[in-house]
Parts: sequence; C-alpha cells; structure tokens
Amino acid sequence: MAMAALLRRQPFWKPAVRLLSEKTVKAPGFGLLAPCFREHAMGRRPSPAFLWPRRFESTVSQEHLQFPDDDDNHRDLDFPGGKVAFTDKLSFLSGSAEARIPCYRVLDDSGHPLDHSGFSLQVKEELAVKIYERMVTLQMMDVIFYEAQRQGRLSFYLTTMGEEAINIASAAALKDEDVVLPQYREPGILLWRGFTLQEFANQLFGNEADYGKGRQMPIHYGSNKHNYFTVSSPIATQLPQAVGVAYALKMEKKDACAVTYMGDGGTSEGDFHASLNFAAVTESPVIFICRNNGWAISTHINEQFRSDGVAVKGRAYGIRSIRVDGNDALAVYDAVHHAREISVKEQVPILIEALTYRIGHHSTSDDSTKYRPVDEINYWKNSRNPVSRLRRWVERNGWWCNEAETRLRTNIRKQLLEVIGEAEKLKKPPMAELFADVYDTPSSNLVEQQRQLAETVRIHSGCYPPDVPV
Amino acid sequence: MLGIVRRKVCAKGLPVTVPGETLRFFRPVVHALRNYSSAAKELTVREALNSALDEEMSADPKVFLMGEEVGEYQGAYKISKGLLDKYGPDRVLDTPITEAGFTGIGVGAAYYGLKPVVEFMTFNFSMQAIDHIINSAAKSNYMSAGQINVPIVFRGPNGAAAGVGAQHSQCYAAWYASCPGLKVLSPYSSEDARGLLKAAIRDPDPVVFLENELLYGESFPVSAEALDSSFCLPIGKAKIEREGKDVTITAFSKMVGHALKAADILAKDGISAEVINLRSIRPLDRATINASVRKTNRLVTVEEGFPQHGVGAEICTSVVEESFGYLDAPVERIAGADVPMPYAANLERMAVPQVEDIVRAAKRACYRSVPLAAAA
Repeated sequence: MAMAALLRRQPFWKPAVRLLSEKTVKAPGFGLLAPCFREHAMGRRPSPAFLWPRRFESTVSQEHLQFPDDDDNHRDLDFPGGKVAFTDKLSFLSGSAEARIPCYRVLDDSGHPLDHSGFSLQVKEELAVKIYERMVTLQMMDVIFYEAQRQGRLSFYLTTMGEEAINIASAAALKDEDVVLPQYREPGILLWRGFTLQEFANQLFGNEADYGKGRQMPIHYGSNKHNYFTVSSPIATQLPQAVGVAYALKMEKKDACAVTYMGDGGTSEGDFHASLNFAAVTESPVIFICRNNGWAISTHINEQFRSDGVAVKGRAYGIRSIRVDGNDALAVYDAVHHAREISVKEQVPILIEALTYRIGHHSTSDDSTKYRPVDEINYWKNSRNPVSRLRRWVERNGWWCNEAETRLRTNIRKQLLEVIGEAEKLKKPPMAELFADVYDTPSSNLVEQQRQLAETVRIHSGCYPPDVPV
Repeated sequence: MLGIVRRKVCAKGLPVTVPGETLRFFRPVVHALRNYSSAAKELTVREALNSALDEEMSADPKVFLMGEEVGEYQGAYKISKGLLDKYGPDRVLDTPITEAGFTGIGVGAAYYGLKPVVEFMTFNFSMQAIDHIINSAAKSNYMSAGQINVPIVFRGPNGAAAGVGAQHSQCYAAWYASCPGLKVLSPYSSEDARGLLKAAIRDPDPVVFLENELLYGESFPVSAEALDSSFCLPIGKAKIEREGKDVTITAFSKMVGHALKAADILAKDGISAEVINLRSIRPLDRATINASVRKTNRLVTVEEGFPQHGVGAEICTSVVEESFGYLDAPVERIAGADVPMPYAANLERMAVPQVEDIVRAAKRACYRSVPLAAAA
C-alpha cells in the first residue's frame, strides 16, 4: 500500500542522535501512550504517519512505528577493518583507564619474594650470583669511568645508575643469538655477553684497539660478535631498524628475535610509532623494551606524554604489552624471558615498559640537580636501589655475604683502574683509518687524499703529534 | 610514422629520445620492423628497471623490495609490475605510509644482511626519512669501523615531472651527493637504468638511485650485452654520449636528452659539442670530465636542480682545481631557477632548463654572439 510505503520510508528529518535511551521506550506506561505521543516521548518530532488518522497505524507493525529509521536489523556494522557493534550512545572514550596498568614485581623493596608471586622460573644460585655480580660491576664501572671523565682523562661518559637491573636481568633472559639494538644506556647487555672491561675502556679512549677505530664518541660501543649493534646517537632510530632486523630473522626462519631499548623520551619520536605499527603489521619477532626512568635530560615524563606511561601504547598498535618494576631484577628477568618465548614462537612483537629511576645525571654534560631535588635523587639511590635490593635476596638465600661483597668490589675496582691505565697508554688509531670504511672499498679520491696526507706528514713531521701513527 | 623513420636512420646506436606516447602507439609496428633491421632491441626505461629488479631478485634471495604501492598496485609508476605475483608478499612489501618507518626498517634489515631496495614514491618524500638515509645508512660503516655495512638501495623518481608543483619537483642529486658514505647514481637511458640499478643492488654500500618520471616511458635501443642478466655498469664512470671537440657539456638524467638535442642544434652552427652523461654523481668521474675539458677547453654544466651548491658547482670547482690552465672561457652553469617550482605550465617551463638555454650557454662559452633570451 502506498501508505505503508510512506510509513516505512526513512523520515528525512530524523535526528542524528537519539536523545533518550531505549529504556524510555520500554518504560512502564509507554505502551499506553497513543502512538502519536510516543514519538514525542522519545524526543523525536512525530513522523507524518502520526498526523494521519489513526486507522492507518494498525496496518503497520509497531516496530516500524517505534523505529522507523531502523532499516537493517543487524547489530554489527560492516566496515573495512571488520565488524563493529554499533551503539546509539554518543560517548567519548576516556583518555585514560579507571586504573593505571599495574606493575609486575617479584620482590618487594627489601628483597623479600612477594607472597602470591606468579614467578615460576628457577633462578638458581649460579645464575643469581652472576646477575648480581654483573650488576655490581656495571655500577662500579659507571662510578670509575665517570670519575675519569671528571679528571679530564675521558671526554665524555654516560652512566646507567639505577638501571642495572634492566640492563643485566634483561640480557640474562635473552639468548646470545638475539640481536640487540640499544639506545645508549644499555652497556650492561654487552657486559653480560662477555665484553671485557678492557674493551669498554678502549672504546672510551678511542685507541687503536677500539673496535670502532676511534670513530665515535665514548659509550658508543658496538660488537659484531656479541650481536650488539653499534650505538647511534639520534634518538629512537634503532626502533624501526630493529623491526627490519626482526623481519630479516623471520625471513631466514631463525630461532631468534630482535631486542631494542629506548627511554621514555624516545617514545615521542615518530620512529617509535612507525616501528610499533610496522612490527605489528609485518608480524615480526621484536621486543621493544622501554626504560621509563622518569627523565629525558630535564624533561620529566609529565611533560613528555599524557598517557598512562608507555605500556598503554602497545594496545593502540595491536601489540601485547606489560609494565614491570624495572628495579626488580627477577621481575625483569621473568618478563623478558616470557616475552622472548612468545615473540619467537608466535612471531609477534612485544612491548615491555620497565619503570625505574635515572639516578645519575643524563651524562657528564649534565647537572641534574639543576632541575630536580637532590633529596629525590638520594631517595632512589639509597632506598630504592636495584642493586641493594637484589643483594638482600641473594644474601637471604645464603648465596652471598659481606666478605664476598668486599672481595668483588675490591677486585673490580682494581681491574677498572688497570684497564684505564692500559687504554690510556695505547696509541691512537693510525691516520690511514681516517679514510677506511667510508665505503666497502675506498673510492679513488679517498685513496689519493690518504696518499697526499701521508706525504705531507712525512715532509712536515715536526708539525704532527708523534704518538699518532700514519 | 616520423618516430619510426628517425629510429631507423639512427640505427648506429646513438640514443634517440622518442616521445613516450608516440612510441606506445607505434610499438607493434616497430616490432615488425625490428625483424628486418640490424638495430638493437628497444626497451623503455620502465621495462629496463623492471627487468633489472626482476633479475636481481631472482639471482639473490636476500634482495627484496619495499615501498608504498609497490605490490598490489604494481608500483606507483608501474616499475615493480608483476613482481608481487612472482616473488610473493615476503619479498615485495606494501608499506604503511611512513617513510621514516620503512626507511629505518630497510636499514635495519640491511644491517642484518638482507639487501633491501627501498622505493620512495618521489625523492621529495625521502626528506621525511633523510635522517635514516644519512645518519643510519651512509655513516654506519664508518662509525662502526666496518662492522656494519649497509647494502641498501634507495630508489625513486627525482627532479621535475610535469605540473606537479614545488613539493613534488625538487632534485636531490646535490644533497645526497655531498654526503660521504653514500653512492649516488642517476641513469638516463634504458641501458643506464639496467646496468646502474644492477650495480647498485650488488654494491655493499648504500646507494641513492635517482630516476626520472618523465623518462620512464621513453624508449632506447639496448645492446644484446645489456640484456644479459649479468650485465652491470661500473659505478663512478661517466659515459661520453657524443664526442666533440669544441665544448664539453655535462648532464645527468633527463638533461642528457636536452644536451644531445642542443648538440644537434650546435652542430648546425659549426660547434662540435661533447656530451658527457655523468651516470654517477657520487663518486663523480672527475677524470673523464677533466680529460674532456682539456680537449675542448670549454665547459657547460647542465642540471635540473637548484643552482646554489649544486652538481654544476662541484664540477666547475673540480675543473678549476685540476684543469684551470686548459680553460679558454669561464665555465657556464645551467641549472633550474632559484625558486620553488611553480605549477602553471608557462612558469614551469621557465623554471626548468630548456634546450635553448643549453645552446645559448654553449655559444657564450665559444664567444659567439648570442641573442638575448626571448621573454616568456
């Protein structure tokens, strides 16, 4: 019937928003309202149908009268990207969840295992002591090398103080064939994998034994044989590169993953977002470990982002994430261990946010007391220190004692002073190294320039430093 | 029909530029003619690049292609046509829109040992990824003291197209060629495209490969040797497209075609121009350029890009440093106008070097009187 057709047609003035919920329709008494008034009750202008004599309403089902604009009765909408349930409520998702993402920890601040811990891995004495010893070594390395810079023997240094647990425990949970792309505050990974104190010192002094041939600033370590890619200064560039490495590992079906580190500041870079997105889309086995230490030089995380830290961002890209207490070595070990398993087995990326605190200054070029209270720094150094926390646990298990501590620290200190002395004595790389490695084989202009330089130095040898070989 | 006549006449191998549209229309007829001529096979630059990619991907399983629209769409300019079907989505990756992202990923894959070919839809968009090209790719081998080499190729159209405005028309040859650690190549003909792309993919260093959108459809004769899958051109060697004795004209990419046309016009005026197709912007073939200038004593450099700090400026300095005594006239530099590229066709024509500009410059170098440039 023409009238039925008219009634079923979508009224063009249909409001875009239903002002009342469906509950109103079902409210007691609603059904008693004459149909011409129900529309008003639902906050809508009555359709022309209701202006017609009521005798026509009986030929049309009630559903059509109450929901004249409901053309399809499907509950889901079909768009590119998949099915999505529709809602008739206009509401904006809050910018943050009710509660912050909880932080996984195994030990409490005094090194006691938590009562209902989900920690299931066996960390026996040998491994526990090794982890602890390396954390102490890293801590002492930082103190001594920092002092050397202050004395003018090094041009620059950057400490990892406060983040020893993240460094060592994450490295302990990985395998040697996992490829590591660091930011710059992760020398502990190299330390764990066997880089010696002498090798560290050689890079710092840029001498002829430096694997980097004196090409880079201090702390820009790199070692092929330890699967640790050379540190690069620009922030977060290592993140998409790690996805590239992971993609390559996936293509070659290797039983390994890529692991990359960044700070809280690094998550603001475009590269962070591109790499998480890409890792998810390409389903590559890469673990993103964010050291959220509260500070990006002088920028506090309050000024860095407004999200619930970094862990929440993983979900935005479709990536499984976890927040972990970065000062709890066992928690970090556990999280990284499981992340690696998932990543390699399922060939997916994982995001780990390790909460911690940067006890040291950003670097030797920074004095953080200028922008944060000394009390705050001391609090984290003394009461929340990851090294002391693990020490208490190891001691409580009977695997460590004061004598062992003294022995270790004396030994490490002695070694460090020795390696510094050695590194200082070694010659700098020869001038020929200035021209090597620009390309795989030097171009003709570089060969020519090298020849000219050698000739000039030979003729005017008095004008060139004697300890730099040609 | 004129196109075909011209091709037969020039069968001895001088590259001839034929308008793309005409060629496409006449191609079937050309095929038939080819059976009777002894001329080499014809290939468009697009086909040359496609075949080079195909052969290198076939020869080395580590080579893979990555970029926007390279897979399903067959390439924004159809350069990667057929490759997705042949090699699958693992080796031909359609990427999300993030130059910084996929360039970084390519560099990371290269660090590990794969050989990515990263395509930029145009090199204008490479600016969004330039940190990865310079700081990650170009400098890594040096900074790591040889521990990390980066066998990556960045390729895509460079320079002006037609009516695409300022943000789609810049030439990046000078920018990338100033950076140590990169190699920068720019082909002109199909043979160049094939040989240089193969060389770039095989090279263990990062290579920036600057193509030209307007050349993609142009057809050039290629020798049987160039069609062989092992064909490769040396990086760092320029090609003397046309020998001459009065003035040297250097050019790369599309400008080589202009220079050759200019040389034809100059020949009628009794000026014999030597046209050098640079092929390699970094390393620059200073030996060939200087040898040519020592022969002709006059130099005109031609490029599409902005004049300040450009390729021509470097060539001029090289000649002044090494062959000053041989110069009989100041070096003439032809470059694009020092303005962002305008859109309107008449303005665009004035912003890009034309054949007449090259002819005038060559005549100035030869101390011939030259009428003033016509007003627009």
